[in-house]
Amino acid sequence: MNPFALSFLILGLGLIGWLTARARALRFDRGGAKRLHSLPAQHGWFVAMWTMLPPLLFLVVWSAVTPGLVRQTVLQSPAAAGLSDFAFERDSVLAQAREVARNPFDTEADPLARKLAPVVRDARSRYAWTGAIAAILLAFAGAVFALSRIRADFRARSKVERTLMMGLLVASLIAILTTLGIFASLFWESTRFFGQVPITQFLFGTHWSPQVIDAKNPGASLGAVPLFWGTFFIGAVIAMLVAIPFGLMSAVYLTQYASATTRRWMKPTLEMLAGVPTVVYGYFAALTVAPAVRKLAVALGDQFASSESALAAGLVMGVMIIPFVSSMADDSLAAVPSSMRDGSLAMGATTSETISRVLIPAALPGVVAGVLLAVSRAIGETMIVVMAASGAATITLNPLQSATTVTKQIVDLLTGEAEFDSPKTLAAFALGLTLFVITLLLNIVALRVVKRYREAYD
Amino acid sequence: MTAPSPAPHKMSARDVSVFYGDNHAVRGVSIDIDMDKVTAFIGPSGCGKSTFLRTFNRMNDTIASARVTGEITLDGEDIYSPNMDVVQLRARVGMVFQKPNPFPKSIFENVAYGPRIHGLASSKTDLEGIVERSLKRAGLWEEVKDRLSDSGTALSGGQQQRLCIARAIAVDPEVILMDEPASALDPIATAKIEELIHELRGRYAIVIVTHNMQQAARVSQRTAFFHLGHLVEYGETDNLFTAPREERTKDYITGRYG
Repeated sequence: MNPFALSFLILGLGLIGWLTARARALRFDRGGAKRLHSLPAQHGWFVAMWTMLPPLLFLVVWSAVTPGLVRQTVLQSPAAAGLSDFAFERDSVLAQAREVARNPFDTEADPLARKLAPVVRDARSRYAWTGAIAAILLAFAGAVFALSRIRADFRARSKVERTLMMGLLVASLIAILTTLGIFASLFWESTRFFGQVPITQFLFGTHWSPQVIDAKNPGASLGAVPLFWGTFFIGAVIAMLVAIPFGLMSAVYLTQYASATTRRWMKPTLEMLAGVPTVVYGYFAALTVAPAVRKLAVALGDQFASSESALAAGLVMGVMIIPFVSSMADDSLAAVPSSMRDGSLAMGATTSETISRVLIPAALPGVVAGVLLAVSRAIGETMIVVMAASGAATITLNPLQSATTVTKQIVDLLTGEAEFDSPKTLAAFALGLTLFVITLLLNIVALRVVKRYREAYD
Repeated sequence: MTAPSPAPHKMSARDVSVFYGDNHAVRGVSIDIDMDKVTAFIGPSGCGKSTFLRTFNRMNDTIASARVTGEITLDGEDIYSPNMDVVQLRARVGMVFQKPNPFPKSIFENVAYGPRIHGLASSKTDLEGIVERSLKRAGLWEEVKDRLSDSGTALSGGQQQRLCIARAIAVDPEVILMDEPASALDPIATAKIEELIHELRGRYAIVIVTHNMQQAARVSQRTAFFHLGHLVEYGETDNLFTAPREERTKDYITGRYG
């Protein structure tokens, strides 16, 4: 049975359940009481939920286990006798059989697969029907059970509320579980990597050249220090040298000096910077800023200046981060009570003295938190560095030289042809895990700072 | 106690009006403030007494929609004239606010804030001297002398308000404006503030806004009664409370409205 038709049928049963329960609730003998505990519609929802949720949940689970059941059935069928014992080959034939079952005119397939296809098709349709019938039975059972509980004094209101609450809880858990899932998969792949390369060699090695890997000692060319340095240099030093002063100064101007009219158009315009797709920043960096930086380097006497300098990527990244710093600083400056400002002005301080001696120190925790969040955003930024930064891993303090970042290397490692269990590819997951842990720590610290700051003024 | 001023009054207001946009908050008020005296402004909420007080150190300048007309002089000098430097003015006319507003800095730094801004201390010992003297005058020294580096915001409400008074007197002003300085405090802290006002009288001209008539009677020598933006009556505190000339004053102090 078509899953859409089935879901529709279940929804229809739910609607009938809703109408029935509501009609029944409207005819309740109130026994002299003026009011029922719950509204008729709430009785309706109670029954509708019991009618729809169990079969729908069942169908979700069922669709997850069906492929396994189909496979079992096919393997036990007489036609499967000719299958190879070798797991890889068997799986390949089974995959082809599934393909043929979906499209019988696929003549390229393995003959054995074509022989198995009808078995697959039969098993599939049998399990689909079993599931559909079970779901409909469940719907009826749920409806009957729920209808039997409906009475004048039944507390349908609280049951419906609780179900809704559970639904909301599940929705919020999904985001958290996804984070955990990402972490788990990164962690799993990374442990495979660290099975081949010692963690100390990876974390403290200073030589990075994944293109040439010695099979006997893969760790020797997978030392990630140059990448961490490049990431830190571009994202946390150069980008922040741009973002912190400009972000902070624009926040000060917007909160303390700008008239309401100026603020009204300037703030949204500034925040538009945050909406520019990073790939646009990427080619701005690669096509406009990088050549200009190279020209500057040549003018300064470096004839062989790189056109993929750390400075170009860092400058553009800094511009991208300005709105983050500015909007966090704006919020925390605005949160400083105006009595502080008045107190300082009444002492005869000028506006700039008031800002630098009272407002910024008072807003500092919020500003620091904003900067930390911006750093975590900058070091995770990928598109700009993929387009503008170099692939050569060097440890340098010269911003005109090339530098590479963790994210850029991850992209390089995972693009092109690569086996998924070589140390080279697995290194990408180890890099990803390290980056994930670092940004997570930065975010935690930032949130703690913000929290402590909020307590100070409440 | 202080050198005789060249003008007969420390501060004088002549026909002062304040507008907030279209709202005429203070209407043609004239008043004289003298050294050696505590002057209280009383009146029901919204009568314009706080707004009027803020014209004396031009704190209304910080509100974009506020406009002041008329003339206010300090030692005969018009404080709204273009020649008047508002930084200098506020150093001479200090202010204490309704809600204690110490800066989120140490106790020492709170008091040292004004002297630092105005460059009053030539050395660190000099600055320490100013801080100690100011805290002593504000009656806070004994309570905080061992913890000057603690945050000013960690003090109790009453201590915070005395810290704000110490901060104001650290720049050695001539006039101190107090905008309901005890309205956010408990009775014991209020009593301490009132006692402090007694002690400060003579050294500074003090103007205090209060909605508490008993407080005005206790701390002031002169009282001005405001109603709906007008100065209704101004005179010696004893006379105003015992024999008000105006019917409205009488109604207010006997509790008929307000």
